[in-house]
Amino acid sequence: MNKILSKPEALKDEVLSYCPGCGHGIIHRLIAECIDELGVREKTIAVAPVGCAVFAYDYFNFDVTEAPHGRPPAVATGIKRSNPDKFVFTYQGDGDIAAIGMSETIHAANRGENIAVIFVNNANYGMTGGQMAPTTLIGQVTETTPFGRDPKREGYPIHLCELLATLEGAVYLERVAIYNPQNIIKAKKAIKKAFQNQIDGKGFSLVEVISNCPVDWGMTVLDSIKWVKDVFIKTFPLGVVKDKTS
Amino acid sequence: MKKLIKGNIALCEGALAAGLHAYFGYPITPQNEIPAYMSRKMVELGKVFVQAESELAAANMVLGAAVTGVRAMTSSSSPGISLKQEAISYMAGMQLPSLIVNVQRGGPGLGNISGSQSDYFQAVKGGGHGDYRIIVLAPNSAQEMYETAYDAFDLAEKYRTPVMILADGITGQMMEPVEFNKLEKKYFEEKDWHLTGCKDRNPRSIQSLLMKDGVLEQHNINLQQKYNTIAENEIKYETYKTEDAEIVITAYGISSRIAKSAVKIARKEGLKAGLFRPKTLWPFPSKEISFLSDSGTKFLSVELSHGQMIEDVKLAVNGKTQVEFLGKAGGGIVTEREIVEKIKEMIL
Ligand SMILES: Cc1ncc(C[n+]2csc(CCOP(=O)(O)OP(=O)(O)O)c2C)c(N)n1
Ligand code: SF4
Repeated sequence: MNKILSKPEALKDEVLSYCPGCGHGIIHRLIAECIDELGVREKTIAVAPVGCAVFAYDYFNFDVTEAPHGRPPAVATGIKRSNPDKFVFTYQGDGDIAAIGMSETIHAANRGENIAVIFVNNANYGMTGGQMAPTTLIGQVTETTPFGRDPKREGYPIHLCELLATLEGAVYLERVAIYNPQNIIKAKKAIKKAFQNQIDGKGFSLVEVISNCPVDWGMTVLDSIKWVKDVFIKTFPLGVVKDKTS
Repeated sequence: MKKLIKGNIALCEGALAAGLHAYFGYPITPQNEIPAYMSRKMVELGKVFVQAESELAAANMVLGAAVTGVRAMTSSSSPGISLKQEAISYMAGMQLPSLIVNVQRGGPGLGNISGSQSDYFQAVKGGGHGDYRIIVLAPNSAQEMYETAYDAFDLAEKYRTPVMILADGITGQMMEPVEFNKLEKKYFEEKDWHLTGCKDRNPRSIQSLLMKDGVLEQHNINLQQKYNTIAENEIKYETYKTEDAEIVITAYGISSRIAKSAVKIARKEGLKAGLFRPKTLWPFPSKEISFLSDSGTKFLSVELSHGQMIEDVKLAVNGKTQVEFLGKAGGGIVTEREIVEKIKEMIL
């Protein structure tokens, strides 16, 4: 029998701690496949976030460091500037990247740091139990928006790719999703492109991956996937937001 | 040959001689000479300089550089150091060597830009969250700014810990002749913990998140043991005429310079005064102070604060003898005369 799929070398043989049906697992795998295909595993230094992916160092089969909540782009700047020959990427949730770490994100992008950022947008704070995130949709009920997000009270969902697109230093910004196979393939292509940009020295790339958090959304896995397709990506349309690389 | 130079610049030269690879900073008076000097020097030397968007970012850039084993530093002054505490706590937990420089100014809050020593508590008692210590060094001259910065990375790497140089605006701004007598350091020891990419070895991670049962507890016990070892081996201090002193002034940094002059004046006036100057504020020379207090010697803590180091002096003396305080903060400087008068008040 032909083996058509095996575990990427860049993933350890560990059971992931993510909830059943959570998008983080798929995104980890896509990253690992890209790292393998680009042959950079042995020179990778990744930065894990504070959020559900805080245990990423247990799952990735390459060097990974911790960063304080929101600071991965600053930590990655320190790593990459001191080691321009290494491959450096950060993995961050919406709370990490767009709330507490917004300043670090904007300025790393504006400096054109030659790093890749994988931004997992699941419209809430997963790890702390589903509170409002900067990306929480209008009307969305979370632990801290019990009446649904009301722009008058809580402001509007932040579109990070569009926000960063105004910055000269950001060369590639794309929003993808992982709710079906076609989109998973597109997501992998985007991640690989962001990684290749760094290898080619092109500057700051960010891939926003629309993901699901069935547990904190209080949905079944199938309903959460349906919600991504029917609701989530209506507010956060998929596609390339900026590409200065081709 | 000696060169007339500001304390802040001397500090830069010391760090450079020690093999500094990456500097990350953000402007704040009275340490602006440091980022300005580094912005030229580091670029000329083909090393790393980044003016960060905030002290938070600068300190976390240091954390990132330190993860890869390079010598990295940041500098700031009081309000900026408050922002750096996040990364300092993380670096203590992640056991990352780094150099953080605090050229103190008056606080609390925005305070003012004149030299001060009112961040002692913050520096030596933790500052950030969690049970941790960092090595805190207190130079009192431009020469010592140079030498302390030169030695700081060796200490930081020996114990895998952040080191802070706790200077003050006056020592930073003062121009003094400095002998540049340190050799350029060869690249330091090969490390077995840093992240370089996992070529020819198993992947590594550096983290302070330790969730499994008992693991954080053990990590904290290990950290405390490390701090005990540091306390046993790295205490540094200077004494001046303490042998027969009836009163010993304790002072660090710029206050120790004023206090030394005061001791000279007092001696001329027949008062048996001496000076005890901690060069390491953590670890604090408690045993040595305790030893001096055995003979009943009184103590006077002179600080540009409203009394911070005095708490450690009192702990060391442990009620054996009288400990008094003289200090000012927020711009005022304690004068030699005021110290001499206070000495008289205490022993006559
Ligand atoms: C300074 C600080 N503030 C708050 C927290 C608590 N905290 C842990 S994870 C998290 C939110 C993470 O949400 P997100 O980045 O969206 O990632 P997700 O868990 O959804 O993957 C927060 C607020 C923390 N660890 N540190
Ligand atoms: S809480 Fe949400 S984001 Fe976190 S692991 Fe569970 S499903 Fe995934």
